[in-house]
Amino acid sequence: IAYLAMYLFAEFDDAANLLAANPDATTISIDEPVEIPKNQHSHLQQTGREEDDELLGTNDSDKTELLAGQKKSAPFWTFDYYQTFFDVDTYQVLDRIKGSVFPVPGKNFVRLYIRSNPDLYGPFWICATLVFTIAVSGNLSNFFIHLGKPTYHYVPEFRKVSIAATTIYAYAWLVPLALWGFLMWRNSKVMNIVSYSFLEIVCVYGYSLFIYIPTAILWIIPQEVVRWVLMVFSLCLSGSVLVMTFWPAVRDDNRRVALVTVGTIVLLHALLSVGCLAYFFDAPEVDVPAPIIPAENGTVITKSQ
Amino acid sequence: FPGLTDVSISEDIPVEGEITVPVGSHSPDEDFSTLDEPVRDTIMRDLKAVGKKFVHVMYPKKSSALLRDWDLWGPLVLCVSLALMLQGGSADSRDDGGPQFAEVFVIIWFGAVVITLNSKLLGGTISFFQSLCVLGYCVLPLTVAMLVCRLVLLVGSGTISFIIRLVVVIAMFGWSTLASTAFLADSQPPNRKALVVYPIFLFYFVISWMILTFTPQ
Repeated sequence: IAYLAMYLFAEFDDAANLLAANPDATTISIDEPVEIPKNQHSHLQQTGREEDDELLGTNDSDKTELLAGQKKSAPFWTFDYYQTFFDVDTYQVLDRIKGSVFPVPGKNFVRLYIRSNPDLYGPFWICATLVFTIAVSGNLSNFFIHLGKPTYHYVPEFRKVSIAATTIYAYAWLVPLALWGFLMWRNSKVMNIVSYSFLEIVCVYGYSLFIYIPTAILWIIPQEVVRWVLMVFSLCLSGSVLVMTFWPAVRDDNRRVALVTVGTIVLLHALLSVGCLAYFFDAPEVDVPAPIIPAENGTVITKSQ
Repeated sequence: FPGLTDVSISEDIPVEGEITVPVGSHSPDEDFSTLDEPVRDTIMRDLKAVGKKFVHVMYPKKSSALLRDWDLWGPLVLCVSLALMLQGGSADSRDDGGPQFAEVFVIIWFGAVVITLNSKLLGGTISFFQSLCVLGYCVLPLTVAMLVCRLVLLVGSGTISFIIRLVVVIAMFGWSTLASTAFLADSQPPNRKALVVYPIFLFYFVISWMILTFTPQ
């Protein structure tokens, strides 16, 4: 409370000056984090730098950092520290999921939805759902593809669940770690205005994986063309969320470094989806005539593709 | 006391217990100790408690018996029997078969722990072991479904038996989820109920999937 009071008094001078210059400016209320973007929006329009600041959020970066500091003040070995990462309501999680599926061009996912309240609920449970969805859909699609064949014996393929879990959780946690380390290192060399905390990067990656859940269910359809179209579509949607989030963080850097970074992000994302499609979903049947191999004892064995 | 005239205890919460006032020190012989009773009494008391909770799960109504006196015997028995019944599938000879015994065990216990941690982190007021107890006991309908599935598979394994198994598993999955939600939903903050119920849904869905895809050798 003392920090909050000191901060309020420090801001009072700024607010007074701004109000004197602009009597119509709306004031900022701190206790409703969701309201801040709207108030910031009207304030920034009057200063005339709205496009840049919508993406970068320069004016509120120190405010949000101070607010973030207020919340995460418990030491990391207490339960309350981790409870601050689950401080989301149902409608907030649904809004974030919606924001990851329908990316608005020009709007930054982190600034718009995360707003210094990164949660671990979304990334963790979206990854868990994705693991089981891919395993179950892969199993179902293999079952339908091989259904009529006399030599086919259905197996639940339970091993693939653990493989899927390792892959997806490694992607959702190790790639943000590497990206965060890389951005911190570039930050020390080049003065970037936008910097994301590790949890915000984990959040963006976790929520961007949501589009793959309906994609995996639709991959049951045993048509190659349909599967590839779906994959490209979902890659575009989630890739655009990632690109729009991370482009402001690297664009002030060396041009080549920025392009390589963004390219790597998209490439890893594409590798994940291509790998999942190839490993968990068997290729649909192709109609080729099976070659006939004569066996030793005279019977003819047909080798199926 | 005029303000207390409309206070009442609802009928379906069983009020039971002992009220003893310890008076000074007394010799150990006068204590109520379970060391001296016959073994049969001890076992029957625990079995009755487990049986009472089974009944509460099959007919879920607003009762705090499951929550108050938690025990983990029932979940252990259910988990072991479910894992045993899921053996004998195509797991033994092939590499890519159904879940092993240890996998079922780990999924049920680790899944229950993760869901409990999730509901506590979201601000739930239930205690850790109470939540484990409820989640474990609500596996009972799915264990019954597994039993029915194995019996149906003894008869035949064609399309009709698959449809029967599908209907039974879906019904029991719904029953499990509704039963556990009925017990756990009250302890959650109201605007986060869906966030807590969804992982429970996923947990029982995975167990139902394991039951439905069980194919005998």
